[in-house]
Amino acid sequence: MDAIYFLFQQMMFFSIPLLIVALGGMYSERSGVVNIALEGIMVSGAFTSIFFISGVQNHMSGQGLLLIAILIAMVTGALFSLLHAYAAITLRSDQTISGTALNMIAPAAAIYMARMLQPNGVQQIQFNNTFRIPKVPVLGDIPVLGPLLFQNAYITTYIGLLIFAVSAFTLYRTRFSLRLRACGEHPQAADSVGVNVYKIRYAGVLISGALAGLGGLVYVIPTSTNFNATVSGYGFLALAVLIFGQWKPWRILMAAFFFGLMKTIASAYSGIPFLLNLGIPSDIYKMVPFIATLIALAFTSKRSQAPRASGVPYDKGQR
Amino acid sequence: MVERFKKGLSSMSASVLAIVAGLFAGFIILLISNPANALKGLQTILIGGWNNGIKGVGQVLYFATPIILTGLSVGFAFKTGMFNIGAAGQLMVGGFVSVYVGVTWTFLPGAWHWIVALFMGALGGMVWGMLVGLFKALLNVHEVITSIMLNYIALYAINYLVKNSHLFDALKNQTVNVAANAVLPKAGLDQIFYVLKGRYHDASSVNSGIFIAIGLAVIVYIILNKTTFGFELKACGFNKHASRYAGINENRAIITSMAIAGALSGVAGATMYLAPPSGMHIHVAEILAAEGFNGIAVALLGMSNPIGIIFSGLFIAHITVGGSYLQSLKYMKEIIEIIIGMIIYFSAFSLLVRDVLARIAKRRKKAEGATSKNEEEC
Repeated sequence: MDAIYFLFQQMMFFSIPLLIVALGGMYSERSGVVNIALEGIMVSGAFTSIFFISGVQNHMSGQGLLLIAILIAMVTGALFSLLHAYAAITLRSDQTISGTALNMIAPAAAIYMARMLQPNGVQQIQFNNTFRIPKVPVLGDIPVLGPLLFQNAYITTYIGLLIFAVSAFTLYRTRFSLRLRACGEHPQAADSVGVNVYKIRYAGVLISGALAGLGGLVYVIPTSTNFNATVSGYGFLALAVLIFGQWKPWRILMAAFFFGLMKTIASAYSGIPFLLNLGIPSDIYKMVPFIATLIALAFTSKRSQAPRASGVPYDKGQR
Repeated sequence: MVERFKKGLSSMSASVLAIVAGLFAGFIILLISNPANALKGLQTILIGGWNNGIKGVGQVLYFATPIILTGLSVGFAFKTGMFNIGAAGQLMVGGFVSVYVGVTWTFLPGAWHWIVALFMGALGGMVWGMLVGLFKALLNVHEVITSIMLNYIALYAINYLVKNSHLFDALKNQTVNVAANAVLPKAGLDQIFYVLKGRYHDASSVNSGIFIAIGLAVIVYIILNKTTFGFELKACGFNKHASRYAGINENRAIITSMAIAGALSGVAGATMYLAPPSGMHIHVAEILAAEGFNGIAVALLGMSNPIGIIFSGLFIAHITVGGSYLQSLKYMKEIIEIIIGMIIYFSAFSLLVRDVLARIAKRRKKAEGATSKNEEEC
């Protein structure tokens, strides 16, 4: 039983950042802007927030510090994504191009600034992990559910689940979400009834930026004690989760958990006697998440339901 | 013809504008981080390979080789409306296959060895690229996702294969040297690009790969612009519904386009790893080949035009080599990647620039028309 608890806790560390970033991507694509820059935005958010943690950790620690860092990550992500929004929406440029540019700039800038700003001149930013919650009072004692969700956890897990709950509940229920989806499906129609397509799309990209920035921090905190200007392709994986999840919150949740589980098996198989005894080398296990996603996509993509106007710049003058 | 030339010139001016803007942004970063050396830093970047005489120029050509090829790969896929973010994986597969052939197939006589190794590398990349096309055409899986997944699958598969075969040099954690016959010939380039250190002939690493890259660029140009096949591919990229209506087999276009793109990336890998003992080897590390992603930048800056890609590849290699000399001025070489990113970002504005230019031209024409009318009335 302990092994299962351990696996589940590990799975959360992999799944939650994917979930948050994929949901971010959902807001952007549902508004009609392809956001391939998720990877770069994650790096930007992780960089500023980890840099902040590393700078003040001698004076602060624990959940309060993490909450401030979360705020910083979100603001950074939103500001950085503004570059993408400006190019994609206002200037109507090719969205993959500006996204690729952001993906190039973010890690390079993170290394550059880390080496410039840190007194020792190295690119890794060290931080002390004081954020792990061994056991949530009361809730952690619930049988089964306690060890699964409320032991050995991070506050970021609950924030991720909260973001999911809010997205899943509001995407089909609020006025803003209706407009968001309309802009992604048929912006001309939305415009004809007085919706400001540009504003809605800016909002979609900014939300995705804030969530991706947060996702960067959430990815780094449980899995490492330093930040090395990379999120190991998680932004791209989140893109895969988004498509696998068919741009729908519940399916994205399933996809994120599926991928997280595969990733957990890949990284923790040596702790599971059954899998270890199979004698399969670690490199093969590392391939499993990607092969599994590919196969799953092969079976589910025939009826893809991408937002119809996603990736198409909106030009008010062209109706 | 004149019309076409004008069009080429206007898109080139957009690229040049983007480059200037990107360099300016880089200069500002240099100014902020260390004002005293900023001008010198910019100068070092712009001088590029020339910082180290003619050998440095050779290094520029050497670094340009793989990114021109991956640039062609990405650009070719762009023409069919596909975003090939998987050049890194295709490059690694191609590189691995060519190293395998280069080490193992020693029965091949003389120059045949490197030629076959190069060809097999292309084939390896082709298979990896074609998978993307097959998934897209037959199963409707978005090419970006397939490419990303295949990148990582290639990475781990190659790590596994290298570690568990006779190709592995455990001491250096990389592949063993390829046979002498499998090394790409220098084609006399080492007699041109070298500096003398005392009596030591310090030659650049450049080899015939640069000729292969340029030759393939010309071939790609001919395929795209002078053949029916290329026209079909481009038609699918412009409007797949219209091309289907015109009787073009869209699925076949997607698959062949990705296969060719993959083959180009595979050649890139082969040119990198069919190198002498002092050259590059496949390292066992969990990092995707950066040349694959730089290919995206090269293709975008070259506007997916094969000839443009040669120049953009040379330019990016030029400032990258320049950046490696920045250390002495207390700047980090990552500034170059920031500048390239900025250039790509500004090149995204090209549409706007073109619009503005067209509007100005139109207004001028209108104004001229109006004045001539007035003159007639007078």
